[in-house]
Parts: sequence; structure tokens; C-alpha cells
Amino acid sequence: MPEKVLMKGNEAIAEGALRAGCTAYFGYPITPQSELPAYMAKHMLPRHLTFVQAESEVAAINMVYGAAAAGARAMTSSSSPGVSLKQEGISYLCGADLPCVIVNVQRSGPGLGGISPAQGDYFQATRGGGHGDYYHIVLAPKDVQECADLTFEAFDLADKWRMPVMILADGLIGQMMEGVVLPPARDLASLPAKPWAVGHQGKSGRPFNHVSSINLVPDELEKSVNDRFERYKAIAESEVRSVSTNCDKADLILVGYGTSSRVAGGAMALAKAEGIELGLFRPTTLWPFPYAEIAEFAAKGKKFLCVEMSMGQMVEDVLLGVGMSGVSGDAAPVHFFGRLGGNIPNEDEVLAAAKDVLAGRSKPHRIGFADRSLGSGRNLGSNRSRGQ
Amino acid sequence: MTEKTFMAGFGGQGIISMGQAWIYAAMKEGLEVTFFPFYGAEKRGGVARASVIVSDHEIASPLVTKAHSVVVMSSDSLAIGEAVAGPKALLLVNSDLVKASPARSDIRVLRIPCNSLAEKIGDVKIANMVMMGALAEATGALKLDTIAKVFESFFPPSKHSFIPKNLQAVEAGRRAAREA
Amino acid sequence: METATYKHPASLVPLQTKYCPGCGHGVIHRLITEIIDELGLQGSSIVLNPVGCSIWADLYFGTDSVQPAHGRTPAAATGVKRVLKDHLVVCYQGDGDLAAIGTAEIIHAANRGEKFTTIFVNNAIYGMTGGQMAPTTLIGQKATTAPEGRDPGEAGMGYPIRVCEMLATLEGTRYLARGSVDSPANVRKTKQYIKKAFEAQMRGEGFTLVEILSPCPTNWSMKPNEAVDWMVEAMVPVFPLGEIKNLLATDGVAKAGGVAGTAAGGKK
Repeated sequence: MPEKVLMKGNEAIAEGALRAGCTAYFGYPITPQSELPAYMAKHMLPRHLTFVQAESEVAAINMVYGAAAAGARAMTSSSSPGVSLKQEGISYLCGADLPCVIVNVQRSGPGLGGISPAQGDYFQATRGGGHGDYYHIVLAPKDVQECADLTFEAFDLADKWRMPVMILADGLIGQMMEGVVLPPARDLASLPAKPWAVGHQGKSGRPFNHVSSINLVPDELEKSVNDRFERYKAIAESEVRSVSTNCDKADLILVGYGTSSRVAGGAMALAKAEGIELGLFRPTTLWPFPYAEIAEFAAKGKKFLCVEMSMGQMVEDVLLGVGMSGVSGDAAPVHFFGRLGGNIPNEDEVLAAAKDVLAGRSKPHRIGFADRSLGSGRNLGSNRSRGQ
Repeated sequence: MTEKTFMAGFGGQGIISMGQAWIYAAMKEGLEVTFFPFYGAEKRGGVARASVIVSDHEIASPLVTKAHSVVVMSSDSLAIGEAVAGPKALLLVNSDLVKASPARSDIRVLRIPCNSLAEKIGDVKIANMVMMGALAEATGALKLDTIAKVFESFFPPSKHSFIPKNLQAVEAGRRAAREA
Repeated sequence: METATYKHPASLVPLQTKYCPGCGHGVIHRLITEIIDELGLQGSSIVLNPVGCSIWADLYFGTDSVQPAHGRTPAAATGVKRVLKDHLVVCYQGDGDLAAIGTAEIIHAANRGEKFTTIFVNNAIYGMTGGQMAPTTLIGQKATTAPEGRDPGEAGMGYPIRVCEMLATLEGTRYLARGSVDSPANVRKTKQYIKKAFEAQMRGEGFTLVEILSPCPTNWSMKPNEAVDWMVEAMVPVFPLGEIKNLLATDGVAKAGGVAGTAAGGKK
């Protein structure tokens, strides 16, 4: 068995990418992901791989566009405000069907917000984020091991479906250290061929390749978007991933991704010690979202408590999943508990929220009007310093 | 066994290296580990804090709220350390810099003169390793019986000349905890 | 004795272009493709066609192509060239694309000494969007967004940006030249500039850019011949022709006109 090494989440993402065969990285410094470009610089430059500290996040994502068009396994990383800047490029990458990996180590917003962990970019990540009709795969690691594993896999998924894959982490996942067993490095010669990429046309004699997202003929553009949505359907059918724990035994299922799922898991253990059974459902793919699994639980009359570091974003997908079950909202109510601003929910406050749901003391979530966004716990995750 | 530790001090005291050495040693002893530093905008001189958990089973939340043990390396970290301490927690204070007494009476306090012990060995910078030895002794969470070998892979080769002093510091901390 | 025989360049797709009568893009496309043919690089060239009228360039260039977002061409080309180091990478950019929305990208690509060549077509106006003021629009020149003419005074519209001169201060730049397609002589000279730049790129020398003054009769509201005259009379005095900076190894002594020695002590 390969040895466990101690790494930060940001470093594990970087190492996972390198082992997946990432040969081109473009980034711009921003807390709390700055270890990632530093790791890439340290390990890519001596191996004569492409590392560029770009002049902006906008430039970085467009460098990814070029490198991906040229057939490289390309990647960029940033944190929330920087990922907003990258949205232009992400839309173009999706429009030109280019594979790449984009990492968002989320921090609190809106605006410059704070530098502490948050999950406020869920909508942006799972609903396209930029202009036009598109989606891309979004993977949410819950620990340092998954930082390495999911990033490694993200490159395969990106190539397989010809689209960007986003790793949606947060400041805690990026900054924390845990033991990790790294995947064996890919042999670059074993990576899938990219006959659509530019370069080496003369050697192959194939027709010229044009990487582009423009099409001014309405019927043609409509068709190309329709075709892409057929692909999205196939992805939704084959790539959805989630992990459920104790959901059969429990009446109330905690739903969370990334850091929130870790905290919810802690609350579940505390509840168990008190003789209360709670379930835990953790989507690993946020797009495509595991709606069918949620619908199945709803059909069994389970209650849900979504735990997020936001005002309630993923909870809307849970509501959609419940809606798909055909069960009325009363029979499978969806509740919400959130902390934000850089605060991380703690196990005790999540357990308290769960008890409130079980005792009928809290109202189900109304979209846009989170009832429980202000926790009562101590504010350990916050940092009142200013600056990036 | 799960030991949730909260470590606090000021930037430059080696809080982060202590947490990393602690979980690295724990990982080498076959435990699950997680370490989360509260990162700030300041790089030097600010408050350094970390949530550190070692366990013989999978760790859920990496955030330490009701700490089993709390390490307080500087006087201005005492209040936050006490606030995070769980019921019956063990509070280890660096008695050279923390003169005030904790306000809470439901916790056990161990006073370790980390700075003076470190200075006696010859380098105040290893006060953090004194504290790590004391933490291992007082909690029993880590055996540290292979720490000499662990340090060889924890420190880069360029720093291997410092290993003997670090080992002395760990041992001094253990002794201090036994005698305290 | 040399015999010049007219041939359609192999790298130029035999199509009628969408460009307006009197537009300079067609001539510039032809120059680029002639050189690609002469260097035998058709099968290993990547053209990055911008947002602007020349977004259609990928229809006309018989090469692989990549079409990036508005202004981001130098960033995308950085990605392409870093991956395909032995390819000829050509950025085709207009004045709005390069000197307004993409200013950060061109400056930093130039400063990094990215080893691609930018063909910067300067017609002092936004073409595709219909005649708005460009960063290179002359003082007093009319545009739909400067109906009384560009006014750097009260209206605060700024001054025409001289891209080559601006980039010349950056140490990553190796060759910056400004040509024009107003006359056969200048077309031939422009071709020499482009060829020098392409050859320098293939030798891996550093950032190269050829700015080309080009007429836009449609958006200047002129007849094609009037447009050419205006280019010579009004544009050339503002945007002087010639090699603005030449630090190419093969050209011997540096001719960095007006540019002080490098910060590194002029080691070159």
C-alpha cells in the first residue's frame, strides 16, 4: 500500500492534477488558494511544464482556453472573487467544448467579502455562472484525500465529456492538512487522443481544426446547444455521485457537501450518542445533482435538513429533488441551517437545528428567505482582519 | 480514542509547526489526523490558532469546538483557549508567558515553562516542541516513541542538525508534564 | 533573374471574403498566408482570430485556428504557444480588441516575451460593431460614439494610443514594426516586417508585433480611394511607419528608436 503523506487540501489538488497529467497551469494569487499556484510553480517549472502566473484571473482562464485548444490537460485555480472574473472564459470554454479543470476554493462574499471559508458560490458553479445556456461538471471534495482523487478524476471527466470540470472546495478544505494516499501518476502517452485540438495538422493531414464558440446562424447555434444538452442528459444519467450514511434508519437526513458534510457528520455522531438517529446525504457531484436519490428519500417520507455555509443555495436543488418525487412538500419537508460570512457551522448548532426539526420547532425552508441563517455558536472560523 | 486539540499563540511561536508535527507524528502512529489553521491576512505577529484532531477512527468535523485539550502559548490567547475548551478539558499553558490564571474552574490546568525549558536546551524557538512533548504526556494521545525517526522525515534534510535539540525539547516537555 | 508568377497562396482559402470593398484585411490576410507558404508552415501554424470584423479569418486561413474572447487573444495565444512551442502562432487583432478591452493581456504577453507574433490591424475605428470610437481614433475623427469628433478635452475621450511605442518600453519585446497597406511599396515593406517577425518567432527570440495601418472606408464614410488618401495624410503622421524596435539577433545592432537601454543594463 502506498504511503500516506501529509498535505494541505490546496497542495493535494495540485498534486492530483500533476499526477493526472496536467501539463499547463495558469493562475493568479488569491487567498485562500495561494498554496496551489505556489505548489504548481515549484513542481512544474523544474520539469519544464507550463506554469504561468497570469496578469489576472481573466487572462489565466483564457490561457487555459488556448492550452486546452492545443490539446493539453490545462488547469486554473482561484477563489470566489477570482472565479467571478473567470466566468467569461468558462462560458467560452463551454461554448467551444474544451476540457479543462477549474478550482474554486471558496471564500465569503459578496464583493471582496472575507477570506474565510464559505459556500456561497454554489449557484454560480452549478448554474453555468457565465452568459449563455450551459452547464459543466462540479465536484465537491470533503477532505484532503478527495482533493487529490477528485482532481485526478476531473481531468478524465473533462476529456471524456469535452467540458470544464470545476472542483468546488472552500477555504477550510484548501487550508487544512490531512493524510492522503496519492494516486499513481498517469503516463502522458496513455492520455486520450484529441483529434479536435489544434496543432500538428501537417503531420496528420486531417482537415483544419477551428476552435470557436461563435455561430451567427440561429438554427445552427440552436442545434449545437441542443446537442450539448443531449450530452448533459447523458452526464446526468451516468456521472451522478453521492454518499448516503444511515439514511434508511433515520427520519431526518442532513444534506451537505464539502466542509458542511463533515460538520453534519459530526452532528450525526453527537446525535447517535444521545440515542437520536440522523442520516447524512452528501452529493459529491453538485452538477449533475443527485435529484433521483433525494426524490427516493422523499418518497419514503424523510425529512431533510440542509447544512450550508451560505444563505441557502444547495437547498434549492434538494427542493427540486423532492418536487420530482411527486410527494407533497409537507410529507417530505426541507429545512435549512446556514452560517456565513466566513463562519463555519459547528456540530452542536447543527445538532440543535436537527432537534428543532424533529420537534416541529422550525419551519421548512422558503426559497430566498432562509429562516435559520444565524447560528448561535461561537465564532471560531471568523477572521476580522481586512485584506485579501 | 479521539483527541481534539486547540492550539493558540502569537505568530512566530511555531503554533503551525507544532500542529503539523503533532499530526505528522500521529499519522506515523497510524492515526487519522486533521489540522486546520485559522488563516489570516497577517503573516507575522498576529494570532496563530489551529484546530488539531487525531483519532483512531474517521474524523467528521475538522473544526474543534469543545476541545479535549487546549494549548495556550501566549497571554493574549488565554481567553480564546478557555472559550474553546470543552467540559473537563486539559489546558496546557506556557507559564513563562501566561501569568494570569484561567477563569474557568471546571478544567484541569498544566503549567509548562516552555520558553525557559527551551532556552535551557539552547533555543527559545523550540518552546513549541516542549509543549508538544507535554501535550503527548498529558493526553496520552500520542506515544511519541518513534519521534526521533518521525523527525527525520518531518524535517527537510537541511534542518536535520536541529533534530537533537528538538528531541531534547520534546523530552523536557514530557518530564515537565509528568512533574507538573 | 527572378520571375514572379501570380499564385493564390495555398494557405489562403479560395473564398470571396465578407470584408467590405476597400477594406485592408484581405491584403493583410494575403501577406500572412504568402509568408506561411514561403516558410512551409501551413501544417504547423495556428491563427488566433479575434472578435471584430476579422473574426471570419478562420474561414480564410487554411490553417488550424483558435477563436478567443474579445481582447483575450494574447492570453489564449500564450496557452497555445506554450503547448505547441514549435508551431507558428499568429494573433490577429484589431485596435479595439488589442488596445482597449485587451490592453492588460497584450502588455503582459509582450512583457513576458511570449514567442508568438501579433498582427495588429489599426484602422482607427470599431468596424464590426459599426463605427464607434477606438483607442486609436484620431483627435477630431468622427465616430458614432464621438459624433463631433474625438475630443480629449471637455469630453474626456483621451488620445490615440501608439501601441508599438508603448510596448517598446517592455523588455520582453524583440521586434515592433508599423507598416501600412496604402501603396504597393508599403505593402511590400509590411510583408518584410511580418516575415522578419515570423522568422524571429520560429527562432524563439521573443515577442514580435507588426502594426498595420489599414483603411475602413465603410466606417470612415469614404470611398476606398479617399480612405487610402486619408490614411496617408491623417494617420501616418500620428502613427509613424517603420521598425519601432528591433532587437533581433539577425539584425545585428539594436535599433530601439527612442527607447532607453533595458533596466537590466542593456545587456542585449
